[in-house]
Order: sequence, then structure tokens, then C-alpha cells
Amino acid sequence: MSHAHVVSMIALDPVTWARVQMAFTLACHIILVPLAVAWSLITLVANGIGVWRHDKDALLMAQRWSKVMAVTFAVGAVSGTVLSFEFGLLWPKFMGRFGAAFGIPFAVEGLFFFLEAIFISIYIYGWRRLRPLPHLLSGIPIVIAGIGGTFSVVSANAWMNQPSGFTLDAAGHITSTDPLHVMINNATGYETLHMMLASYMVAGFLIASVYAVAMLRKRDDHYVRMAFVIPFTIAAIATPFQIFVGDWAARAIAQDQPAKFAAIELVPKTSTRVPETLLGYIGADNKVHAGLPIPDLGSLLTGFSVDTRIVGLEAFPVDDRPAAAEVNYVHISWDVMVGIGVGLLGLSAWYALVAWRRRGPPTSRVFLAAASVAGVAAIAALEAGWMVTEVGRQPWIVNGLMRVADAGTPFSGVWASFIIIAVVYAVVAVATVLVLRGMVRRWRSPGVDTAPVPYGPASEDAA
Amino acid sequence: MGPTAAAVLLFVGVMLYAVLAGADFGAGFWDLVAGGAKRGARPRALIDHSIGPVWEANHVWLIFILVMLWSAFPRVFAAIFTTLFIPLALAVLGIVLRGSGFAFRHAVVRINRQRLFGATFALSSVIVPFFMGTVAGAIASGRVPASGAGDPVHSWLNPTSLLGGVLSVVVCAYVAAVYLTADAQTAQDTTLYTYFRRRALGTGLLAGAVALAGIAVLHGDAPYLFDNLTGRALPVIAASGVVGLATLGLLLRNAADAARVAAALAAATVIWGWAVGQWPYMLVPSLTIDQAAAPPATLVATFVIAGAAGVLVLPSFGLLLLLSKRQVLE
Repeated sequence: MSHAHVVSMIALDPVTWARVQMAFTLACHIILVPLAVAWSLITLVANGIGVWRHDKDALLMAQRWSKVMAVTFAVGAVSGTVLSFEFGLLWPKFMGRFGAAFGIPFAVEGLFFFLEAIFISIYIYGWRRLRPLPHLLSGIPIVIAGIGGTFSVVSANAWMNQPSGFTLDAAGHITSTDPLHVMINNATGYETLHMMLASYMVAGFLIASVYAVAMLRKRDDHYVRMAFVIPFTIAAIATPFQIFVGDWAARAIAQDQPAKFAAIELVPKTSTRVPETLLGYIGADNKVHAGLPIPDLGSLLTGFSVDTRIVGLEAFPVDDRPAAAEVNYVHISWDVMVGIGVGLLGLSAWYALVAWRRRGPPTSRVFLAAASVAGVAAIAALEAGWMVTEVGRQPWIVNGLMRVADAGTPFSGVWASFIIIAVVYAVVAVATVLVLRGMVRRWRSPGVDTAPVPYGPASEDAA
Repeated sequence: MGPTAAAVLLFVGVMLYAVLAGADFGAGFWDLVAGGAKRGARPRALIDHSIGPVWEANHVWLIFILVMLWSAFPRVFAAIFTTLFIPLALAVLGIVLRGSGFAFRHAVVRINRQRLFGATFALSSVIVPFFMGTVAGAIASGRVPASGAGDPVHSWLNPTSLLGGVLSVVVCAYVAAVYLTADAQTAQDTTLYTYFRRRALGTGLLAGAVALAGIAVLHGDAPYLFDNLTGRALPVIAASGVVGLATLGLLLRNAADAARVAAALAAATVIWGWAVGQWPYMLVPSLTIDQAAAPPATLVATFVIAGAAGVLVLPSFGLLLLLSKRQVLE
């Protein structure tokens, strides 16, 4: 890159760098969210089985998982703090104008985050000295706080899509607020449920995939099998509900955010009998290219009739809708999310069928191979779904009320902060992986594990 | 009434962050200067044991402050984060490195890796309070205009900000040393007790000296704050001095648990001195608390949520501290 090139990149509007930094840091943080929100339940199930059936393997598993959670929760807590700072560092004009409304859900979230941090400490540090039942119970607030926290944060995102619960004066400043309607807006229901289920799917499929790989490598014992079954079962239960909620969300978005929906469905012109276009893109001529259109299916899915009218992108002024590149991005992300979701639904059905007929999980190599990529696939679907909702709202930060371009910091050094944060995140990511691998390696070599036995020496005769 | 109550709540958060998380940062400082792997092993083990179960919960007070600020005083939040981009970005970077460094150190066994992550944790434990202190100094000395268009560099590179940064690091180190003295006493470790008590006495005197010198700095650099600190906030400042001296006396008489309370009070009074000193402004001299406040319903919402936190979080937090103090968590 030439010197002039570098200078012109840096000279980019700070808002562009702010978008890049926000997207990058959120994309990282969102992977850690399910591990805090949903892994706690998965661990507690193992812990509960261990206590209930005096199963030593289950207890050991729960204890090991909680140690990994300690690391991922710590990293998630700090990457979440970065996002809190970024609201001010990157989007001060947005917060200055809408903080009185948008801030409220985060106050609720703070409450849950507090409880989560407190009880995760008690749970993680309590393995040795707490008695089994109080220790198990100390984990329950973590699960509840995870659900409450997800609800709060995602309702803030829902508010950006469907702002409500406030009044503006002529200058656009908030004059009064209605906190309940900030939290419970048009999009709160489906968005929060969608993210909660996504958390359980990602955590479940991801953890299970580790043990699917182990089974593929012929390490198939009681421990490994149970460590696969517990998370996979939870994810497989969440999946059909997720498909249902996703379908509900899509139809609600068709009503509430028609421009986003037009991008999702790749619809340039308003019409009935709209096809469902798989892949494809919108070109400079504003026409759909290279996709695989399934006739009438778009209309049929949206309103249960081929005569359902879908509003096209051209119905919106060019400045008020996503740009062509963004439309294509949204559409392809949508296809990735739905495609993976359907794939995971099939995998869950396969699992349920075999489990029901054979009273045990499927162990065929094909199934295990699919299960071993399901975790990464679920993360890809999570990221893609988040792209759909964020990029699909462009050019708005608050739908219809404030543009991203008007929301950013005037500080010209955002490019530097992005580069620094990208480097730091890369280092932290590598360190996280190495640390976790080191933990696993220690666990695999017998006798080296210096970790204390769950519930101290007393539980040895109990277990 | 509402805006004032919200501002008080905000400063309660700042106080708790300073007293609780401040001690964790200070513990990081003592980790940093504990010497080589062999010599520093015992103090580091105590530090690890003391802050391990609580640092994450203590950290949440920072989130509380941010949330209170952007919900109840959105324009102030926007102005502070626009003007003070650089120190705040550096502080949050430190927070990332500190949190992950501490968690990683816990999860590795090899000494050179523990050293690497430990150094990251310890160094960033000094960086974060320093930059937070410069931010406080910038706000207190009236360098953040309501428009947010303050000088991006000189707003935090100035005498009051540097005083804030240094005072913050020293007070954190002092509070932590007192806490660790008390923890060493609980653990009946006389070597570490003497070790940290000596350091507590030293940093206590240093903190007093920095604070006294600071008054001279403020005289020239932040006249509004100076006038109020020597005027209506004088009782608070005097109380700070008295409690600070009392802490030293208690340490000398081996009453470490009482000294722990006194040290926390000493740090808390510094925060309240600042709050009273810049009253009635959120941003001296351009924005008062009343002008900056969000609409009443938002303030009420933050009170309700804070009330719910009082009912749910405080007992839970008490339980955590109790379990941690009784050595149930390890």
C-alpha cells in the first residue's frame, strides 16, 4: 500500500471506522455470550445428574466445564465492558440524544450482570468447600441472570429497530419517556426469544461438537458420551422452537421494517407472487441476478397466500434504505442463517429419532461428523443473523429517527483505536485458545490434574 | 430533587467502584512490585486468593456508573466520552488486558506463562486507575464542555488530571495494602502481615502527601474546585484526613479489620469531596445537574432498578464477601 493510500484510509470519516470497530468488537463478543448465558444450565444439568445419581464422571465434567466457563466469562465480561465504553467512544451523539430511553434496558441488564458475576464466582470457587446441594443451588441464579440479561440487552437492540416509549420535541430531543414501552417494544418479543434460543443452540452444539470429535477418534466412554448427550439434547430441544420463532420474526419484520424485509427477501419491486430467491444478488441495474428463485414461495411464507404483497426496495427513498451492497450482504447472511438453521433442525430430528428408537444417541460416523461441525455452524448462523438485523437497519441507528452517519464521534483518531483493539483482541483470542487447550491437555494426562476433587474428600465415598 | 438523587446514586456507584474495584487494582499494583517469581510467590498467592472470587463482581460497579451516566445524564456521558476519548480508550484497553490476564494466570500452570499473564494483569492494574484518575481530574477541573468539543489531549494532560491519575494509583495501592494486611491476619500469616502492613503505612503516608500537594495544584489549575474544597467541602476533606490518620493508628495497633473499614472510608471521602466540590455542576462550568438530567420517568426507572438491585444484589454480594472471608471459596 502506498503512503497516499494509507493516508486516505485514515482520513476516512471517523464514523466509518466507528462502524468497523463496533462490528468487530460485537462480532467477537457475541460468540462469548452463549457461553455465559446457556453453558451455565448445561453445566448445572451435569452437576445435578452427578449429585442425583452419584455419578463421578458427571461431577468431574461439571467441574471442568465451570473452569472453562470461568475463563470465557472473564473474557466476555471485559469484552462486554468494551461495548459499554464504545457507546460513548464511538456513538456519543446517539447516546447523548437517546440515552434517556435506550439506556434503560442496560440498567436492568446491569442488575442481572451483577447477579451473574456474584453467583458465578460462588459456583466456580465453591466446588471444594460448599456442600453439594447448596453448591448446585448457587448455580441457578446464573441461569436466571443469563436469561434476564439476554432479555434486557436484546430489548435495547429491538428498540433500535422499533423505537418506542418516548416523545420528542421539534428539535428531536427526548422530552419524556415511558420506560416500560422502551423495554417492551414491537420487536422485543421475537428478538429476545430468538437470541435466547440461539444462545442455547450455540452453547449446546458447540460443547457437544468437542465430544463428537472425541467419539470420532474412538474415545467413546461413559464420560465422553454423557458430555455429548447433555449439551446436544438441550440444543436439539431449542432448535425446533428457534425455527418457529425465526418464522414469527420474519413475518413481524415484514410488517414493522419493510425495507429490511425487502433486503432479506431480495425484492427490488413491490409485487405479489414474490419468489423466494436462494442466493443471488441485486446488481447495479437494481435487478436480481444469479439466484435460484422458487416461484411464489416468498409471498406464501410471508402471508400464507401467493397474493401476499411484499414491499420492494424501490418503495423507499434511496437515502432511507440499505445500499445495494448492504442489501446483498443482508440477503446472503439470511440464506446462511436459515440454511444452517434448517440443517441443525434435520440433525436434531435425526438425533431424536435414533434416541427414541434405540434409547441412546446415534453413533454412526456420518452423524458424528455432522455433529462435530454443528458447533461452528451454529456460531456462523448466530453471526449471520446478527448481520441481518444490524446491516438490514441501515442507514439508521434508530430506525427512522437517527442515521448512523449522524450518530458517531467527531474524534479523528478512531482508526488508531480500531487497530489497537484489533491487535489486542487477536492476542486475547489466541491466548484464550492456548489456555483452554492447555487445560484440556492437563485433564487428558492422568495424575497431572492438580484440581481438587469436587466437594472435597467427603464426596469420594458419596460418589 | 430527582436529578440530585440520580447524581447522588451515580456517586454512590463511583464510591463503591473506588473502594471495591480500587482495592483490586491496588492488589494488582502490589503484584507488580512483588519481585521475582520466587520472592513474590507468597504475596502473589495471597493477592490471588483475596481478589479471585470478588474482582468480577466489583468490576460491575463500573458498568453501574456507565449505565447511570448514560441513562440519567445522557448529555454528560456523550460530552465526557467525546472529549476524553484517549484516556477512556486506554483505560478500557487496560480493563481487557487485566481481566483476561488474571483469568489466564489462574488457568495455566507453567511458571513462565503465569509470569507473562501475571505481568499483563499487574501492569494493566496500574494503567486503568491512572487513566480513570486523569478522567476524573479532567471533569473536576472543568475541562469537559457540555458540547463535548474539549481539547482531546490537554483535557487530560494537565496538572489536575495528572494529580487525579497519581492519587488514584496511590490510593488504590494504599487501600489494597490495608485489605491485604487484614487478609493476612485472617490467614494467620505473620510474615505477610508485616509485609503488607509496612506497605500500607508507607502508601498511606504517600497518599496523604499527594493529597496535600494536590491542594496546591488545584489552587492554580482548578479554582472552582479549590474554592469549594476549601469551602463547603472542607468538612469532607477534613474527615478524609482524620480517617486516613486513624487507619494508620489502627494499623500500628494491629487492629487490621478496623483499619480495613477506615481505609475504605478514607477512599470514599475523597470521592465525596470531589462530588461536593463540583456541586451543583455535572460539567463545570457549563452544565448543572438539573440541566443535564434525563426526563423524570427515566430517573424514576433508574431508582426502581437501583432499589431492586438493593434488594437482590446487596444480599448476594454480602453472601459472596462472607463466603470469601470465611475461606469457603477457593
